Amino acid sequence: MNLTLKIWRQKGPQDKGGIVDYKVSDISEHMSFLEMMDVLNEQLVNKGEEPVAFDHDCREGICGMCSMYINGEAHGPNRGITTCQLHMRTFKNGDTIYIEPFRANAFPVIKDLVVDRSSFDRIQQAGGYISVNTSGNTQDANSLPISKENADLAMDAAACIGCGACVATCKNASAMLFVSAKVSQFSLLPQGQVEATDRVMGMVKQMDEEGFGNCTNTGACEVECPKGISLDNIARMNREYFSASAKG
Amino acid sequence: MKSSIVKKYVMALSGLFLMLFLFQHFCINATSLFSSDLFNNISHFMGTNPLVQFAIQPILIIGVVVHFIMGFVLELDNKNARKIGYAMNNGAANSTWASRNMIWSGLVILAFIALHFVDFWFPEINTKFIQGDWSGAIEGVEGYRYFTELQHKFANPLRVGAYIVAFALLIMHLLHGFSSAFQSLGANNKYTRAIKGFGKVYAIGVPVGFIVIALFHYFNH
Ligand code: SF4
Ligand code: FES
Repeated sequence: MNLTLKIWRQKGPQDKGGIVDYKVSDISEHMSFLEMMDVLNEQLVNKGEEPVAFDHDCREGICGMCSMYINGEAHGPNRGITTCQLHMRTFKNGDTIYIEPFRANAFPVIKDLVVDRSSFDRIQQAGGYISVNTSGNTQDANSLPISKENADLAMDAAACIGCGACVATCKNASAMLFVSAKVSQFSLLPQGQVEATDRVMGMVKQMDEEGFGNCTNTGACEVECPKGISLDNIARMNREYFSASAKG
Repeated sequence: MKSSIVKKYVMALSGLFLMLFLFQHFCINATSLFSSDLFNNISHFMGTNPLVQFAIQPILIIGVVVHFIMGFVLELDNKNARKIGYAMNNGAANSTWASRNMIWSGLVILAFIALHFVDFWFPEINTKFIQGDWSGAIEGVEGYRYFTELQHKFANPLRVGAYIVAFALLIMHLLHGFSSAFQSLGANNKYTRAIKGFGKVYAIGVPVGFIVIALFHYFNH
């Protein structure tokens, strides 16, 4: 198929940047979106032009590296997938496709479609961990009874790959879905209890300091999240935050 | 107050409080459909009872002000969180119109409240506090004046039209606001679905009720 691509090009963090039009032809419907980008880049390199910078790593939907805002949606039009899992059969011959970086002040553009998501790392460092003794005499995991229900919920929350689609999609650029998944995956388990208060307070504080917006419960994040992280996690975090504030 | 989650709590609690108020206001207005006496008596009670006038009324005004100031603060903060926007954004793909446009439905409701104050509240304050007339009487009418005043106001088609527009946007505001308030407060349990269902009934039922009352008086004066 033949496509027109409208791609955000930006030389560096300080460059103003803008949309540039490209044409690609003979794209197979079996290609992934990233492979289509590879074809474009090969064309550009052959012409002696600068290829389009974009993030990717595993190319199988587990690392969270690939980003891109495609035709007005994070990771493109399909549900429950990352950009590397998006296939060209989703599009039609002759389509025009907008390709933009994830946008948020807390995700500054580094180059073209590559954004800096280290704000997520800093939130994680502000409490997204548990302190365990790993000196060699760690106790057997099965010696801690955990209900099936909580184990499942914690597993679901832990599925978050930190891709940032929730932020990119949210009209408020809020990171609540990501942070609530990271808070929930620990708070549902006994190992997470010890640091529960500091964790939610610390992570929310860091989230606010990074300049993410305020959640207004539009629910767009949940729809666009490749891992199906539920809004229930946000409700859980709101409860946790309340009890943590009360404890002081 | 700096925490984004505390702002959520404030928005949710003030919103729930205003919805409670709206419901009692609706119940009182509804009495005007079938009994002018009942409507007059309740209106006189609400208008002259010191507890209502000097305790509940100020709390209500604070509630309204907190809710809309916080709404503006959130909107500005959130706009600032993405200084460079998208060339192409498909918001409708993943969220409802109502949830994305709370600021606009809110502003229309705010304008409506201003109109409502000019229509009813300022004249009330003027009669009671400036002229010192707490009798609830009016020349040429037997009994209390409230029902007569109500009919008089709703004789104007422009005002009725403005009511309908404002209440239609109130439906949008509440469709998102009701369940959103519970989500913000962290409510998530076996009642969540019931809350959402009730929220829809409330969000549509109460504003439609207000519209019906306005139309009833427009056609029956
Ligand atoms: S919550 Fe979903 S959309 Fe957000 S970072 Fe995690 S996986 Fe990505
Ligand atoms: S490249 Fe790893 S999730 Fe897409």
